[in-house]
Amino acid sequence: MVTSSEEAAQVAAEIGGAVVVKSQILASKRGKGGGIKFASVPEEAREAAVSILAMTVQGHKVGKLLVEEKIQIDKELYLAITVDGSAKKPVIIASSQGGVNIEDVPDEHIVKSYVDITVGVYPYLGREIARRIGLTGKPAADYAKLLPLLYKCFKGKDAELVEINPLVISRDNLIAVDSKFTVDDDALYRQRDVPYVEDRTSIEKQAHDLGLAFVELGGNIAVMANGAGMSMGSLDTLVHYGGSPANFLDAGGGTGTEGTAKALELLLQTNPRVIFINIFGGITRCDDVANALIQVKKTREISVPVIIRLVGTNEEEGVKILNDHGIQAYKVMQDAAAKTVEIANGG
Amino acid sequence: MAIIIDEKNRLIVQGITGNQGRFHTTQMLAYGTQVVGGVSPGKGGMEVDGIPVYDTVFAAVEAQNANASVLFIPAPFAKDAAFEAISAGIKVLVIVTEHIPVHDEMEIVDYAKRNGTTVVGPNTFGIVSSGKCKIGIPPNQFFIEGPIGVVARSGTLTYEIVGNLTANRMGQSTVVGLGGDRVVGLSFVDVLEKFERDPQTKAVVLVGEIGGNAEEMASLFIKDMTKPVVAYIAGKSAPPGKRMGHAGAIIERGKGTFNAKVEALQVAGAKIAALPFEVPGLLREVMG
Repeated sequence: MVTSSEEAAQVAAEIGGAVVVKSQILASKRGKGGGIKFASVPEEAREAAVSILAMTVQGHKVGKLLVEEKIQIDKELYLAITVDGSAKKPVIIASSQGGVNIEDVPDEHIVKSYVDITVGVYPYLGREIARRIGLTGKPAADYAKLLPLLYKCFKGKDAELVEINPLVISRDNLIAVDSKFTVDDDALYRQRDVPYVEDRTSIEKQAHDLGLAFVELGGNIAVMANGAGMSMGSLDTLVHYGGSPANFLDAGGGTGTEGTAKALELLLQTNPRVIFINIFGGITRCDDVANALIQVKKTREISVPVIIRLVGTNEEEGVKILNDHGIQAYKVMQDAAAKTVEIANGG
Repeated sequence: MAIIIDEKNRLIVQGITGNQGRFHTTQMLAYGTQVVGGVSPGKGGMEVDGIPVYDTVFAAVEAQNANASVLFIPAPFAKDAAFEAISAGIKVLVIVTEHIPVHDEMEIVDYAKRNGTTVVGPNTFGIVSSGKCKIGIPPNQFFIEGPIGVVARSGTLTYEIVGNLTANRMGQSTVVGLGGDRVVGLSFVDVLEKFERDPQTKAVVLVGEIGGNAEEMASLFIKDMTKPVVAYIAGKSAPPGKRMGHAGAIIERGKGTFNAKVEALQVAGAKIAALPFEVPGLLREVMG
């Protein structure tokens, strides 16, 4: 791995032959974006590195390059293990047509095999899948060794996806030329050795650190709701009335006063014209939300209007707290949403 | 009737001495659920709200003949607790806990299936057979008995819709929260099959969301149902590639879009509500 064109040339000289210079970014389709170039001598590797380091590939600024030996490609395969939500099991996806987007490969060239998790993956499964994608000889034998190892990595590292694409056959050897590896966020507490690579915006990261799900949407209505479905429903309702939401924010279940107050602070950072709070309390208690709003109002000036709809668990207590501080709460979501949009659109 | 749970269920609460466990035990008792025990390792012999606490699920099952359990257990310990409930013979297991690693969820669902345990969740508000039994966290006052079956992926959105039903004096047979995670115990089809057979249920409300293919799979079953279905799909305004809170709620590689789901459901004969509050009106239309 290198970060400059000089290093790239040096590594190419050490390899001493044709090399490939690859951008290292968190996205696929690098080749199509011009992020992979071949070079036959070190000077060409330097030029390739200069040009790739100046690029933005698939929306990502290139900071690192991998320089490695250019291999002979006899065949490109695809191999991945991921979680199938409807089968509720891991699924192995294999194809004899790799190197391209797997969505573009016709179904008849894809072999899918569900994993019985009480048994796991043994070499026999690798031999069988190898047979079905038409491998023979040494590559087939290597494939049978590879598959259990890949599953061990998938399970052991709490992965949502392990993907080798392309898995290349080069002079009878199997070589993983490119791969993708996604670890379950919810398992990071027990996967501390997995390096975390940030791909969130700064405000999305702050929200994540607070345990909130947050997505920037770019409009002028800051939105806070509890529960992912309710948050989406709130956005849909605002858009229906002609509004433009600034964000998706699921304040989560049972967040409590402190967490809710922090969520509100976050919303203020998006400089909205109006804040829309939509709470239907189940595990979330309306009095906690009301207290949070009062707390934030006390500690800092909220210069934009806040429209709040508050029903559910401890609704009476919550509404009373708001009323005691001169804030009216809405009971019906569409009334609150319509009022919010009216304010946002300059009403 | 109603589905999955009724007034005969004897419930234990795993994690009863925690904040959420304690609060919702009180709420479930107030709703009329037969909460017969709690489990909290090391705290056996205590009482919460008059309910006896046991050290293990086996002890609670032996003493109280419990057949259902609800988990208020932090994610890192949820798999252990779920395995314990399943091996102790619990038949209905409701897992409220969110952020359980997906590999643990696959193991829980797999073990439950092999032992004949119905898993509701993880990451669910629970299940309510209105007027009979509530297992989980929804606010009590909105759930009244009646002919509408409700099945949903999302919690608060379900309260919104059930609240609208109740405000229109449309009671519910059973309201089932499948859970917001990618791997959960029940699918839409599992629940729709039960509603189709349940004499109390006259019409079904399906509350879905963008991402995955659960709604598309459901539409294949809805096509052959005799009972009318009204559906609301959340996430019409969500941009592709952004995960909207739930693990599954993301439009990836052009799959799981709002339009694809709505079209599949419409072709199958379901009525689509554009916004949550349109559901009661559509039900009135389809029920005649």
